[in-house]
Amino acid sequence: MSDEVLRLQGIGKTFNQGTPLESTVLRDIDLRLGRGELTALIGPSGSGKSTLLNLIGLLDVPSAGELYLQGRPTRDSDDTTRTHLRNQALGFVFQFHHLISAFSVLENVLMPLIIRSGRPSADAVELARSLLREVGLEDLADKKPTEISGGQQQRVAIARALITRPPLLLADEPTGNLDSKTAASVFELFRRINEQFGCSILVVTHDPRLAASCPRTVQLVDGRIVSDELNKPPSG
Amino acid sequence: MRPLLASAWTEWLIALRFLLDNRMQTLLILFGITVGSAVIVFITALITGLQENVIERTLGTQAHIRILPLDEFNRLAPLPDDAVSLVLESPRAQRLRSISNWQDVVAVLDQHPRLPAVSPVVSGPALALSGVARASVALIGMDPERYERIIPVSDDLIAGAFRVGAGHAVIGSELAGDLGLDVGDKLRLDGGDGREAVVDIAGIFELGVRELDARYVYLDLKQAQTLLALPGGVTVIDTRVDEIFAADELARRIERLTGLQAESWMQTNGQLLNALTSQSMTTEMIRVFVGISVAFGIASVLAVSVVQRTREIGILRAMGSPRGQILRVFLLQGGLLGLIGSGIGGAVGWGLVQIFNIFGPGLFWVPVEPALVPVAMLIATLAGVLAAAVPARRAARYDPAVAIRYV
Repeated sequence: MSDEVLRLQGIGKTFNQGTPLESTVLRDIDLRLGRGELTALIGPSGSGKSTLLNLIGLLDVPSAGELYLQGRPTRDSDDTTRTHLRNQALGFVFQFHHLISAFSVLENVLMPLIIRSGRPSADAVELARSLLREVGLEDLADKKPTEISGGQQQRVAIARALITRPPLLLADEPTGNLDSKTAASVFELFRRINEQFGCSILVVTHDPRLAASCPRTVQLVDGRIVSDELNKPPSG
Repeated sequence: MRPLLASAWTEWLIALRFLLDNRMQTLLILFGITVGSAVIVFITALITGLQENVIERTLGTQAHIRILPLDEFNRLAPLPDDAVSLVLESPRAQRLRSISNWQDVVAVLDQHPRLPAVSPVVSGPALALSGVARASVALIGMDPERYERIIPVSDDLIAGAFRVGAGHAVIGSELAGDLGLDVGDKLRLDGGDGREAVVDIAGIFELGVRELDARYVYLDLKQAQTLLALPGGVTVIDTRVDEIFAADELARRIERLTGLQAESWMQTNGQLLNALTSQSMTTEMIRVFVGISVAFGIASVLAVSVVQRTREIGILRAMGSPRGQILRVFLLQGGLLGLIGSGIGGAVGWGLVQIFNIFGPGLFWVPVEPALVPVAMLIATLAGVLAAAVPARRAARYDPAVAIRYV
């Protein structure tokens, strides 16, 4: 089994193709993510970061190129397969936490498993509790998302993304609406998870300091990758 | 393939939580559905009860089908081929006459599976005299056992017994009042042409129809035949049918079978039937329109909910919830709203009917058919699912990438 979780080959994305409003957002993207890699994706607004993340998250289909997830090509797969892959192989963390307000914190963490196989087993509940413990929110398990703070909500979303033990975790500006101290602690959490669970993490961020704290940084400008470099491990 | 049951569990959970989460919205629409279905249940029970009551009262005093001899008409002598005749004809007076071969006709009708009761009757006009008072009456000669299966006179007796024969007669309360008679008194009957008889009053009835209570005099067949100069004859055969609204069709069949005239209650009560039909149509319209507005209420509440939950739907899809699951979550919400709302509404409607029965005008008792509430609930549930179809399809079609960024 290869150590490659994700491979993008000549990926391009054009919106409104064939109309006067046609705009090409991504061009010729090649990217590999290895197992257990923690990578930051940076770039100015409008550089195509979110579009790229949507493509990788199988929420959208590329106009050109091929996307391999765990070695499997995905471009021609149908909606059912993509939906299934999203549930099995991917974890999402969004800028706005996107917890479901009708469910408790614990149920939100369990949601990907509930979607997959209905009533969660005792093991699953135990796993969810341990993930909440991991993100430091064990005591808030029975609260509603509206009853906890923004930073806590983002931690819950991370726990939820990890419940299926996905090989790849995607985070779209997860600290975008958090203060810098909370943001740093969320990044710290990503690093810990990365070490502990060994899953690859791709984090989109605006903040160069946070990006620099990741082992690898990919920079996107005008729909192209302009740099892809390894950082020195943080001192101390 | 994900196991069906697991997916159903998930859909139930999400649908229920969505409904509980939007508590105010859910309560408001439930209130709407409750009022709507209560109105439908109440009005259906009331109108059904009212109509059954009216029909029962009407048919309580008349036969479903009356079989009569054919009318008499003038016969014209055949003309030579090349002749033309100009005729000025006055219709013939219809004298009182017997159904020929009525014993055979009764025997045939007795065998008919859809006629549970057949009663030969001889009836005709007479004068009733008591002291100086006189009244014109209708003599009804019949066999009480057969006759009571069609009009249960015994149930409406206010004095004495329903006993005829051996010089006994049973008369109506109005007639008894007019002539100042009571049970045991004697009454002279005059059938014309010197045919007279004196009978003892054995019982007094009150059918509740003034005309009948003032005119009917029940005798046994033989005595009435004598008074009306129709020895051994009967003028009409009354029958009861198994299904009252089939009376018309059965009457036509009996006409073909016997060659006699058959008149159903539906012909003789045309106006009543017309009124009942218009009433049913009005009720039906009220029900349909109330139903439609309830369905639109469900549809609009769910449409709002789908928009409000756009992001949550997007995140569910991103986490791997298939389109079908999202679709069913919203269909289930529609069905649940319909089911719960109509359940409460059915109970309220039932309660309203009982209140009407206890505290209402008390003219008649309105029964609630046992199937009414369950059927209303079933229809409301299906209507809820149907109403949810459009919003649910919209939710299922959301592009997750777009939905997640919806603000």
